[in-house]
Amino acid sequence: MMTGTVDMTHGGGGRAMADLIRDVFQRHLTNPILDRGDDAGLVSVPGQRLVMSTDGHVISPLFFPGGDIGALSVHGTINDLAMMGARPLYLTAGFILEEGFPLDDLDRIVGSMAGAANAAGVQVISGDTKVVERGKGDGVFITTTGLGVVPDGLDLSARHVRAGQAVLVSGTMGDHGVAVLSKRENLEFETEILSDSVALHGLVADMVAAVPRIVMLRDPTRGGLAATLNEIATTAAVGMMLDEAQIPVAPDVAAACELLGLDPLNTANEGKLIAICPRSDAQALLAVMHKHPLGQRAAIIGETIKDPAHLVQMKTTFGGTRIVDWLAGEQLPRIC
Amino acid sequence: MRYISEFRDRALAEKLAKGIAQEADAARDYHFMEFCGGHTHAIFRYGVQDLMPENVHFVHGPGCPVCVLPVRRLDDAVELAEKHGVILCTYGDMMRVPGTGRRSLIRAKADGADIRMVYSTLDALKIARDKPDRQVVFFAIGFETTTPPTAVAIKMAKAEGLTNFTVFCNHVLTPAAIGHILDSSDFAPGGPARIDGFLGPSHVSAVIGSRPYEAAAQKYRKPVVIAGFEPLDVMQSVLMLIRQVNEGRAEVENEYTRVVTRDGNEKAQGLVAEVLELRDSFEWRGLGAVPDSALRIREAYAEFDAEKRFAVSDKQSREVKSCECPAVLRGVKKPTDCKLFGTVCTPDNPMGACMVSSEGACAAYWSYGRQRQSETAA
Amino acid sequence: MCLAIPARVLRIEPDDMAVVAVENVKKRISTALLDQVAVGDYVLVHVGYALHLLSEEEAAHTLALMAEAGVLQEELADIRGDA
Repeated sequence: MMTGTVDMTHGGGGRAMADLIRDVFQRHLTNPILDRGDDAGLVSVPGQRLVMSTDGHVISPLFFPGGDIGALSVHGTINDLAMMGARPLYLTAGFILEEGFPLDDLDRIVGSMAGAANAAGVQVISGDTKVVERGKGDGVFITTTGLGVVPDGLDLSARHVRAGQAVLVSGTMGDHGVAVLSKRENLEFETEILSDSVALHGLVADMVAAVPRIVMLRDPTRGGLAATLNEIATTAAVGMMLDEAQIPVAPDVAAACELLGLDPLNTANEGKLIAICPRSDAQALLAVMHKHPLGQRAAIIGETIKDPAHLVQMKTTFGGTRIVDWLAGEQLPRIC
Repeated sequence: MRYISEFRDRALAEKLAKGIAQEADAARDYHFMEFCGGHTHAIFRYGVQDLMPENVHFVHGPGCPVCVLPVRRLDDAVELAEKHGVILCTYGDMMRVPGTGRRSLIRAKADGADIRMVYSTLDALKIARDKPDRQVVFFAIGFETTTPPTAVAIKMAKAEGLTNFTVFCNHVLTPAAIGHILDSSDFAPGGPARIDGFLGPSHVSAVIGSRPYEAAAQKYRKPVVIAGFEPLDVMQSVLMLIRQVNEGRAEVENEYTRVVTRDGNEKAQGLVAEVLELRDSFEWRGLGAVPDSALRIREAYAEFDAEKRFAVSDKQSREVKSCECPAVLRGVKKPTDCKLFGTVCTPDNPMGACMVSSEGACAAYWSYGRQRQSETAA
Repeated sequence: MCLAIPARVLRIEPDDMAVVAVENVKKRISTALLDQVAVGDYVLVHVGYALHLLSEEEAAHTLALMAEAGVLQEELADIRGDA
C-alpha cells in the first residue's frame, strides 16, 4: 500500500502515476478488462437494449456514518441504471484528486468502491486520474459512468405517469441526509442513523419481474422525496396526493430534523426508490418489495391525481392538507 | 418525541375543531394576529386553517426576525465580510435573504467572502478560538428568545480575553412591536385592517414571561393568549381567544403553561440586561422606526461590538420597489395581494425576505397554501 | 419564531454544558441560562442553549383541557340523538 499524500506528480502521466494506478486503483478494482491496461475497456453486449448514465460525486465529509464517497459513487450510478429497470454491468470511474490528499484515505475509498462493485456484481473497467493544486478541490471528486442492459418490453419513464396511479416508496426517508449532516462542522450531533447508501438493482429486478406494468422508478437523492415527486409531477403533468401517515421516517431522522429545522421529505436518500404503478397492481408490488431485504419498510404513500397546477399535496397526520414543495436550493438548518 | 407528538394528535385536533365550531359565533368574524412566524409556519405546515370555521381568520404578523431586519443591516453584514475580511458567522436563516441589488450572504460567499453558517453562538466562539489571527463577527439576529445566547457568548468572550470576536447586534423586542402595530392607523377603528386578538409568542415568552403583554392588552383592549408552536397549541389558543372575545374580556392568558410562566426566565433576563441595553429607536422592515424596540451592546462590553470595531460605510440600501413585504409584515395585506407574488417573486427568486424565511408569510403561502388559492379561483 | 424543541437531559458536564437527547439523537448544549438542571429533566433547546425547563404537570393539564373542548358538542349531539 502507498503512504504519504497525493502530489502533482501523481497526475503527471509519469512513473508516479503508473504506480498509483497499479498500487491503488488496479489493486482494488482488478478484473480482466481493467487489467488489460488499455485506453478503454472492451466489452461485448450483443443484441441488447443498453442504458448508460453518468454521475459526479462530491460530498463533505468524505467518510460518513454508513458509507463514504467511494461506495456512494458506485451505488449512485448503479441506481440511476436500475431506475430504468436495468441490470448494471460495467462502470468507469474518473478521479479528481487534490494535492495533499492522504494516500491511505484514497486507498480506503477505492477499497470501498471495490467492495460496493463486487457486492453489486459489476466491474469497473476503465478509469482516469487527474490531480489539481491544493485549494482547488475538496480532497476527492469521483465521476462514475455506468452501462446496463434493460429487459425487452420494459420502458419505465415519468412520461407514462397518468392520474389515478399508486405512488410507493421502498423505505424510510431522509437517512442519508441526516447521517451526513451529523458530521458537518458546526452542526455535530450524535446519532446511530446510518446512510442508506446501497445498490437497488436487486430489488428492482424482483419488482419488474413481478409487476411488469410498473410505470416508472426513480431514486429520491438530493432534494429528497419532495423534489423527486415534484419533478415527476411536472414531467407527467399530474398532481399528487400523499398521506403523511404512510410515509416511513425513522424516529431519529424525525428527531434530528426537528432539532435543526429540516424536513425529512427534503432530505437526501441514497438507497431508496419511488415506484409508480397502476392502482390495481399496488398491493402486489408492495408484497414483492416487502419480501426483499431493501424493501421491508416499503409503503404505498399516495396516488397521482388530476391537477392543472401539478402540485404535490399531502394529507397531514394532523388532519389538514398542505403542499409538499421542492426547495430553491440546498436545505439549510434554521433557528426560526 | 415527548412533548411534541402529543401536541400533534389528530383525535384531539378533531375535538378542538368541534369545540371551536361550536363556540365561534356564526354571526361575526374573528381576526386573530399570530405575531410569530412560528405560528404562521405551524398553521400552514399542519393545515390548521382546514380545521377552522370560515369566520376565523389568521392575520400574519411581523414575528419573523429574518423578515423584519432592514436591508441596510444585511448590506452592512455583507460589507463586513467583503471589505473588512472578517469571518462572518450567521444562522442559516439569513443566508438567502436578498439585500440591495438582491445580493445575499450566499452570493457574497460564492464571490469569496468567508461566511460560515453556525447553529449556535458557541460555534462562533469556537471559530474565534481556532483562528486567533482572524477577526470573527457573529451576525446576531432574533427576538428575545435568541438574545440570551448572544449575551452569554459576549460574556464568555470577555472572560476568555478573546480579542478577535465581536457581535453585530440586531436583536429586537416583541412587546414594542405589538404596541406599535396597534398604534398604527391601519388598525384604528375604521382603518383598513382588523385585529380581535393576538396569539402571543411562545418561545419569546419562555424568556420574558407573560407579564410584558399585560399593559398592551389593557391599553388596547385586545385579548392575548400565549400559544405554543405545536398545531394543537394554536387551536386551543384560538378557542381561548374566541371565548375572551365572546365574553368581552381582554386579558393575557397563557395556553403554553408547560414552558411559559408570568415572570419568564429571570436568569436569562439578567444576563441580557448585564450585556445589552435599549436602543432609542430601531428600524424594522415593514414597521419603520420603532422606539425602544431593539438592543445594543453596553459600553462595558464595547470591545465586542462589531459596530464599534469596524466602520461600515454609509450606503443607499434599497428594496425591490413593488415588493409588498412591508404591508404583509404589518398584517395589512396578504401575500396574494402583492403583484410580484408567484410571478417574479418565488422562493427560487425571492424579491423580499418574506419569501425566503420558512416562517415568512409569503414563503408559507407559496410552500403550503397555494392549493387554497386555486380552489378559491375555481 | 424561534425554533426550540424539548429534549431530555442525559448528562451534566462542567462549564454549564449538558448532553441532551431527542429520541436517540444527542447534542451538547449550554445550560448557562438555567439556574439548575438535573439528569432526566426536559429542557427547551434553542440555538444550542437550554431556555427553560418543561413542566410535566402543566403539559398534562393542557392536554386535558384540549380533550374537554369538543365534549359539550358531543353531549348535545347525544341528547338530540336520544330524543
